[in-house]
Amino acid sequence: MSVLKRVIPCLDVDRGRVVKGTNFVGLRDAGDPVELAERYDAEGADELVFLDITATHEKRETIVDLARRTADNVFIPFTIGGGIGSVADAQSVLDAGADKVSVNSSALARPELIGELATVFGSQCVVIAIDAKRAVAEPAVPTAPPRWDVYVAGGRRRIDGCDAVGWAREAAERGAGEVLLTSIDRDGTNLGYELELTGAVAAAVAVPVIASGGAGEPAHLAEVVLEAGADAVLCASIFHYGAFSVRQAKQAMREAGVAVRL
Amino acid sequence: MNSAGTIAICDYGMGNLRSVEKALERVRARVVLSADHDLIGSAAGVIVPGVGAFPEAMRRIRALGLDGLIAERAEAGVPILGICLGMQLLFESSKEHEGSAGLGLLGGSVEPLTAVGLKVPHIGWAPLRFEAGHAEATGGALLEGIVEATPFYFVHSYVAHPSEPGELVASAAYGSRFSAIVGRGNVLGAQFHPEKSSAAGLRLLANFASICAAAKLGPALAR
Repeated sequence: MSVLKRVIPCLDVDRGRVVKGTNFVGLRDAGDPVELAERYDAEGADELVFLDITATHEKRETIVDLARRTADNVFIPFTIGGGIGSVADAQSVLDAGADKVSVNSSALARPELIGELATVFGSQCVVIAIDAKRAVAEPAVPTAPPRWDVYVAGGRRRIDGCDAVGWAREAAERGAGEVLLTSIDRDGTNLGYELELTGAVAAAVAVPVIASGGAGEPAHLAEVVLEAGADAVLCASIFHYGAFSVRQAKQAMREAGVAVRL
Repeated sequence: MNSAGTIAICDYGMGNLRSVEKALERVRARVVLSADHDLIGSAAGVIVPGVGAFPEAMRRIRALGLDGLIAERAEAGVPILGICLGMQLLFESSKEHEGSAGLGLLGGSVEPLTAVGLKVPHIGWAPLRFEAGHAEATGGALLEGIVEATPFYFVHSYVAHPSEPGELVASAAYGSRFSAIVGRGNVLGAQFHPEKSSAAGLRLLANFASICAAAKLGPALAR
């Protein structure tokens, strides 16, 4: 039987509050990430990802507090990312109840971090998050296969000479147990995931790939699984703004032929 | 110290113990997280959690003297629930790394998961199939209110092979079929993480709390 594909709502959190808007009815406090997480659990989310974008000195405490409050109330696996730069950082959020940590710019700055985390906690705890943007084709070779650059700082800064597919492969070889792959070109567009990028990375690594960026309707979730080989789909606005529930999205995936937990 | 009426989670320093504790609290169980012999020895139920490698877990358990204590409690009729690595520890031996003897409360061994063409560790949700042991009183009670094919959340590279087919309560599949719930009398184990398996996992933990509350204990419990 086939392995169940996962649907993973993602919550961006700043100083303990959800950043991207939510217009759910019935939430006491739409900005509370834990209350939103409980809602997603009840709707059938398979996992959750919290990306902490707090830019203050209290960042470490805010992510540990978030992990602790989530573990108190939400009983599905969850990943914490944004500010994990060391084994000690990871230890504190895993001790608080998180299941995985995701690393992005800290791993680009010091790739050894991936191996250190995998050695201490196991690869199943380590997610490499990659923000990729399609490189402009060389005018001299218009038929060259597409390439994607790696960006950090919310897509504002390009890493020189870093190819997204190659970096995903290297990170997996260093011990990352999963790739969280975001298309900067598609993020926020509602046009669907970038299939070509997702397919290229999924073909290059032996670990699961979580597609991210661009989901606008349930059909996009099934599409990236069936056509690009994604193992899981990450969604933010499609759920936050109440357009579709997690359950509706998963029902649509099942109808399209994707095995999901319902 | 006494912890009558509570469920003790054995804290030997490996695994996401906090999540197990919070999930039990969510189903209104009284719970202590400890390596203290008096607390574990007087509890109405004992959970053996665990994430990591089998030999290291057994080393820590022996160093704390918990192996003898857990066996004594099991003998007295106290319900025991092993979770993930904790379930594997209930068996006689494991082939993980250099190999190790286990707690030996269930007959059988722990061996690598056979999943040709699939990624190991197996991480994710997989539906349960109910097996012969499902008819057995205590193992079946663990699944009260849970329908067959309900998915639970797994993270593992090794699987337990019970020597008695009747001790297999439920199975799941990943490349090959493997033990998901095992049990003999008051000794129970789940390969998945009920504390991370949403509503169905909470139900299973609530069922374990009910089993603990209803357990008929032998005279050895008088301590």
